[in-house]
Amino acid sequence: MAITTIFNRSTSDQKLLDRVNQWLANTVKMLLPAVLGMLTFLILWSLAAQNIDTSLGKFPGPSVVTAQFGALYTEHVEEREKAQLFYQRQVQRNELRLVKDPNYQSKIRLYTGKKTILDQVATSLITVLSGFFAAVIIAIPLGLLLGLNRNLNRAINPLMQIFKPVSPLAWLPLVTMVVSAVYVSKDPMLDKAFLNSMITVTLCSLWPMVINTSMGVASVESDLMNVSKVLRLSMLTHIRKIVVPAAIPLIFTGMRLSLGVAWMVLIAAEMLAQNPGLGKFVWDEFQNGSSASLARIMCAVFIIGFIGYLLDQAMLLVQRLVAWDKSSVNQ
Amino acid sequence: MHWMKKLTVAAIVSATTVSLIQAAELGYPEKEELTFGFIKLTDMAPIAIAYEKGYFEDEGLYVTVEAQANWKVLLDGVLDGRLDGAHMLAGQPLASTMGYGTTGHIITPFSMDLNGNGITVSNDVWAKMKANIPKNAAGKPVHPIKADALKPVVEQFHDAGKAFNMGMVFPVSTHNYELRYWLAAGGIHPGFYAPHKFDTSGQIDADVLLSVTPPPQMPATLEAGTIQGYCVGEPWNQQAVFKGIGVPVVTDYEIWKNNPEKVFGMSADFAKKYPNTTVRVTRALIRAAKWLDENNNANRAEAVKILAKSQYVGADAEVIANSMTGTFEYEKGDVREVPDFNVFFRYNATYPFYSDAIWYLTQMRRWGQISEDKSDEWYKGLAKSVYRTDIYEVAAKSLISDGVVNATEFPDFAREDGYRDPQKHFIDNIVYDGRSPNAYIDKFKIGLKTGDKL
Repeated sequence: MAITTIFNRSTSDQKLLDRVNQWLANTVKMLLPAVLGMLTFLILWSLAAQNIDTSLGKFPGPSVVTAQFGALYTEHVEEREKAQLFYQRQVQRNELRLVKDPNYQSKIRLYTGKKTILDQVATSLITVLSGFFAAVIIAIPLGLLLGLNRNLNRAINPLMQIFKPVSPLAWLPLVTMVVSAVYVSKDPMLDKAFLNSMITVTLCSLWPMVINTSMGVASVESDLMNVSKVLRLSMLTHIRKIVVPAAIPLIFTGMRLSLGVAWMVLIAAEMLAQNPGLGKFVWDEFQNGSSASLARIMCAVFIIGFIGYLLDQAMLLVQRLVAWDKSSVNQ
Repeated sequence: MHWMKKLTVAAIVSATTVSLIQAAELGYPEKEELTFGFIKLTDMAPIAIAYEKGYFEDEGLYVTVEAQANWKVLLDGVLDGRLDGAHMLAGQPLASTMGYGTTGHIITPFSMDLNGNGITVSNDVWAKMKANIPKNAAGKPVHPIKADALKPVVEQFHDAGKAFNMGMVFPVSTHNYELRYWLAAGGIHPGFYAPHKFDTSGQIDADVLLSVTPPPQMPATLEAGTIQGYCVGEPWNQQAVFKGIGVPVVTDYEIWKNNPEKVFGMSADFAKKYPNTTVRVTRALIRAAKWLDENNNANRAEAVKILAKSQYVGADAEVIANSMTGTFEYEKGDVREVPDFNVFFRYNATYPFYSDAIWYLTQMRRWGQISEDKSDEWYKGLAKSVYRTDIYEVAAKSLISDGVVNATEFPDFAREDGYRDPQKHFIDNIVYDGRSPNAYIDKFKIGLKTGDKL
């Protein structure tokens, strides 16, 4: 009895080992090209960098950029320490003043120093997500309506085709002027710069979602439509039970496309309008024209790329969770 | 225990600097959170230093310092209240108060610095100019280099049917007037403005076409060949030397020794609404300027490090240091001592002299930005409404009574009337007396004179 157990265990161990081996082999098979590709890129990059002389010195190669990542992080840590001291001084100053001037409404003001790269990343992320969600709230109902009503679709489609390819740079001056004309308040809750970037992002990321949603709705199988008709489902139930579930894969495809667009648009908008965020970081460095500027811009490029990738993966994950049509997810 | 707590607090209070006791007399700032704008130039230093050294905080001010894209955006920011104050070109508050360009009453309680600009030409133009410049014993060009050397080059361009373009940073910038002054002193006509005919290009009758380029973009525009030269503040002249794309030929120190450069501008409404804040900002800036010049520029090396940070000027420290630490590099390798290239505090640099304002006004008249004759009283009245020596005086006196600055480091307020004595050190040796602007305007060979109208 005991022997068989041991025997069994060893076979199951063996099986496990095989599986691990197989997995390793697969991973290596998958990773190897990726690693090779990466290495080739690094080699080509450093070769090219050595041969490009700009007026700001040599184009930064991989090692310079890596060093600059370190420098950016150090700056961040130093700035945080400065902020800490700033708050300490402020508390002391407030206390002293309260002693002399008891009516003083003391308060703690936010740190006035420079925004580090991590602050800029946070600002950009908040802006892009707000702009994107604003677009979702508008685009999906609109897409559903267009998908359900053929005539409405015919009416709006030409407009959509015209607005879809408009670059954010064309929208931005208009948005800026309208926001500063319309959004007037003594103590604004939201920063104007934030609103400008956000609205530009919304305007540019609407269209892929509207189009995909309406396509998704229009492509609901006729069998399902018939079922709905036979059951005499109410309009709302029809949408909830038939239309939306069937359109979900395409809706999410649209959302994924939109988020990608939103991220690209945001960086351009921030650069042009000098709104806080990664785009402004790039522009500021360009203006500084120091010998480290190009390397710092390269850092920003990688950060922008990496965050864009993460956003896309996050959307994919959500898509997998809500959609059951696995084939569309794998596309 | 309660009494002990009280005692400790009392001890802290008495231990704090005199400035806090003074604070009660001066009054607390009405507005504590401020945003100041600047353009990436080394002469924004007083703002950066006042921030980094805690001088703003000493006044109970929490200041955010923000780089602006160009001078127009900056001026609009001050006028629409997005900015509470800014590093400005001396001509900006004057022009905007009189209604040339963007209109709005701007005042300045503090003059930020003297000198600090240079004129750079492209390598190609320099090669041609060099033949016309006499050499000293060491074989180096004799300074100051006058525009006489440039004149044949401009004529060559014209003979070839090409325009000779130069960049300056803003129509009412000190750079525009300095560049015009230098060109005209060498017999080159820089062109007139005629705002009453809606011609604000400044290119009427011009031998050299001047146009606006934001300071940080100057080197790139020169490199692209769009312009053949420019007049700009530091570090953008030294940047051209470092990058090997141009050669600075003359500094404004040589065009007019110790000329007033930037001012700190605020809207008149702001100063009226928040008088204590305005005085306190002025106090912090005076202290910063003093720090910059203290002990014979001893702090300049530290200032360079601060300015090189990406949120301020952001150029390489060695580029900034080249001009900030008392030298100036002309042609590559031709480094000369110019100890007063940047002056922040010496020679009463921070006091907003009426005569400084009037000099800029005379140049606006000379080149047609002021299209018709104005009386001497008009010049003086405008200068007085923009250059607020009264605010400066309150700030300076409170600093004296705090023991932070010696009275000897300021003008004698009891006798000061706001006019410098007639100034002689111009490249063309014409004497300037701010008390009689119209007589001064008539001294120039090139330019509008009294009675002239385009």
